[in-house]
Amino acid sequence: MTAATREPSRPTRDGSAGLLARVIALPPISPRRAGYLVERTWLITRHTWLIIVSGFFEPLFYLLSIGIGIGALVGTVTVDGQLLDYTVFVAPGLLASSAMNGAVYDSTFNIFFKLKYAKTYDAILSTPMSAADTAAGEITWALLRGMFYSAAFLLVMLALGLVASPWALLALPACLLIGFAFAAVGMAATTYMRGWQDFSFVNLAVMPMFLFATTFYPLSTYPEPLQWVVACTPLYHAVELVRGLTIGLVDASLVVHVAYLAVMGLLGLRVAAGRLEKLLLR
Amino acid sequence: MIHARGLTKRFGEFTAVDGIDVDVLRGEAFGFLGPNGAGKSSTMRMIGCVSPPSAGTLRILGMDPAADGPAIRARLGVVPQQDTLDLELTVRENLLIYGRYFGLSRALVRERADELLDFVQLTDRAKDKVEPLSGGMKRRLTIARSLINDPEILLLDEPTTGLDPQARHTLWDRLFRLKQRGVTLVLTTHYMDEAEQLCDRLVVMDKGRFVAEGSPRELIARYSTREVLELRFRADEDISVYGEKLAGLVERIEVLPDRLLLYTDNGDRTTEEVHARGVRPAGTLVRRSTLEDVFLRLTGRTLVD
Amino acid sequence: MTTTTARPVQQRPAPGSVRRTAAALEYWLVQYRTVWRGTVVSGVLTPVLFLTAMGVGLGALVDDAGRLGGEYLLFLAPGLMAATAMQTAEFESTYPVMGGIKWIRTYHAMLATPLGVADILLGHLLFVALRVLSVASIYLLVIALFGAAPSWLALAAVPAALLTGMAFSAPIFAFSAGNENDAGFAALERFVIVPLFLFSGTFFPVSQLPDAIEWVAYVTPLWHGVELCRGLVLGTAELGVSVAHVGYLTVCTVVGVAAAYETFRRRLEKTG
Repeated sequence: MTAATREPSRPTRDGSAGLLARVIALPPISPRRAGYLVERTWLITRHTWLIIVSGFFEPLFYLLSIGIGIGALVGTVTVDGQLLDYTVFVAPGLLASSAMNGAVYDSTFNIFFKLKYAKTYDAILSTPMSAADTAAGEITWALLRGMFYSAAFLLVMLALGLVASPWALLALPACLLIGFAFAAVGMAATTYMRGWQDFSFVNLAVMPMFLFATTFYPLSTYPEPLQWVVACTPLYHAVELVRGLTIGLVDASLVVHVAYLAVMGLLGLRVAAGRLEKLLLR
Repeated sequence: MIHARGLTKRFGEFTAVDGIDVDVLRGEAFGFLGPNGAGKSSTMRMIGCVSPPSAGTLRILGMDPAADGPAIRARLGVVPQQDTLDLELTVRENLLIYGRYFGLSRALVRERADELLDFVQLTDRAKDKVEPLSGGMKRRLTIARSLINDPEILLLDEPTTGLDPQARHTLWDRLFRLKQRGVTLVLTTHYMDEAEQLCDRLVVMDKGRFVAEGSPRELIARYSTREVLELRFRADEDISVYGEKLAGLVERIEVLPDRLLLYTDNGDRTTEEVHARGVRPAGTLVRRSTLEDVFLRLTGRTLVD
Repeated sequence: MTTTTARPVQQRPAPGSVRRTAAALEYWLVQYRTVWRGTVVSGVLTPVLFLTAMGVGLGALVDDAGRLGGEYLLFLAPGLMAATAMQTAEFESTYPVMGGIKWIRTYHAMLATPLGVADILLGHLLFVALRVLSVASIYLLVIALFGAAPSWLALAAVPAALLTGMAFSAPIFAFSAGNENDAGFAALERFVIVPLFLFSGTFFPVSQLPDAIEWVAYVTPLWHGVELCRGLVLGTAELGVSVAHVGYLTVCTVVGVAAAYETFRRRLEKTG
């Protein structure tokens, strides 16, 4: 037997991921093994790259229609006493929403199919990979893909003159965080899904957020009690975070948004990894 | 290689595996034989470290699955009951990425993938998608995949169920070669011929327990006779009447819904005696005893309903 | 068995008798019974949420600016109604049709009975029509509750939305039946349905578009559907223009049905 080719098992809580893991008590994740799952998806992408690339156009069409089309009707909006071109206002909203949409789609429909039908994970778990590695790998891929879309969208915004501040550079990691938060929670939710009919709940959560979480108009449009409701939704924090960065309104509230999304993501990841273990290792 | 004492698996109220003791030695081919629902797959999943035991001790390669799951799995090859191939990837990519899950280097995985494709005769399908492959080809690919980490123990859960006879023989041939190379084979099956072909030693499982253990030859010698005479009757006849008529003719008679089985050491002579008693079956067949007969004797039931 | 397959499909009378079409329709209705609750919930929620967010919320900004020359909710609501008819038609005409041919092979099962290709196609199209009709009716009801349907002519917007839906459903049937796998659906959604939804005069007048794209918009069936519904809901429809819209949508539907029939025959004969 060629024992030399085998890597010994070793404790897998390393680096900064290990620190975070201790804070929220995640199951051990090996970044190296999670990376193998990313490799799998990358292999598949080489067969389906056209679909991936086409995904970039949807938010772009929204930007052109809502931003420029409706923007021409609206003119300007007032945010924190600052007069903004509507297009400048709505573009970061669309960017944050599309980061959410991509992450949710990847972590619900996609994962459910692999879990229930393709049995992809059953095969993977008979190797040294753990359920937590698998979950981390899937989320990492969703993030990488989301980052590609976000970067492309930001470049379009830059080209159209919709970026008002160098802070916008930070919008890219912000979108990464948004993707992480929604992918983790989406994945956790997916482990509870019984059948395709349960996915109407996903739309039921995502669509109203997309429409109401200050994507299209400022929070001040709502009466005060409603403002509080809207301010509780994760997409609100996502939109406000990205908007603050691209229009250059940077203040302490951004830290709150970041914290909200980070906690949401870690909790989601914890539930997802635990549930996957239960579902798969019976 | 595998050592279990009092190994138990419960799902809620249901006990799938009920306190079994097993020892599998290096290089042997060990079989779990039994009908569907006997607890074979649950046992295999526990050995494969993807299902924690409810009670009992289990050591695989000297390690404890609860503590060293990844390290054990690194040295196992698993062929699950249902193919879990990656349908979105090509044949060769399935092997490549599976090897990566074991942490093997890309160069090594590429080299092994090509060897294994050759071994399972799929080299000319390497670049094809998995979906359109035949059942036999998919099964062979699954076996190739299970070998990518050069495992010391190969776990095969119902390796040939659902395949046509020719595909089964191809598979058996490949498994036999693996055994010759010194790979320890652990397999479940509900096919007698498969168990007889492949296993050095097997246990007969029923309702989560072992009901017998030994080599196929030993089991047949212990629980059956050399030959079996099968008598078939017309569908409208009451078979049990004939059963009574022939009582005492041989050591043991099994009355099945569609036929009588007479256990005897000389089938031809028994056939003559049946005729002498005035019984005129629609068809007779003298055959060698198989593990099916062993199972029938042990449980009073047939393996495949 | 041999007699069934040997009898050429095209010799069956096309279009099929009313009873056989009804039998094919019944299959889809029975299927629908298991999911109807969800579709009613989303059928009500979609217009309520969209009209609140875009019509009322975003509308407040548009109306403040006063550049549209009218209330934004009134402009938007009928456009969304037509666009939703299109989306419902698309949803019901993609995966179910491919499933009928490739995955669940419903159509093949039907073909083994006295049903012919025309019966199968018409039965399924009728089911889609019923779905679009119900979605459009709910939509109009919600529009009325928002006080955005000032004219009784609005009632005619329901059949108008139905026609809009069918102008998409029939050609998409042909597209779905001709596809080998579902990869094409992502492209259809991203490069046809979403751009139409966003640029066919639903959210803003097409006159705002650059000239070249404006002319493209005039050719799309959705623009005709949006304009037709808008005229009827607001009571501003002119007879001649409306007839032209209806004519265009009817042509799309008829051409679509013919293409779908050809594709169905080719696919069901080949693999059946």
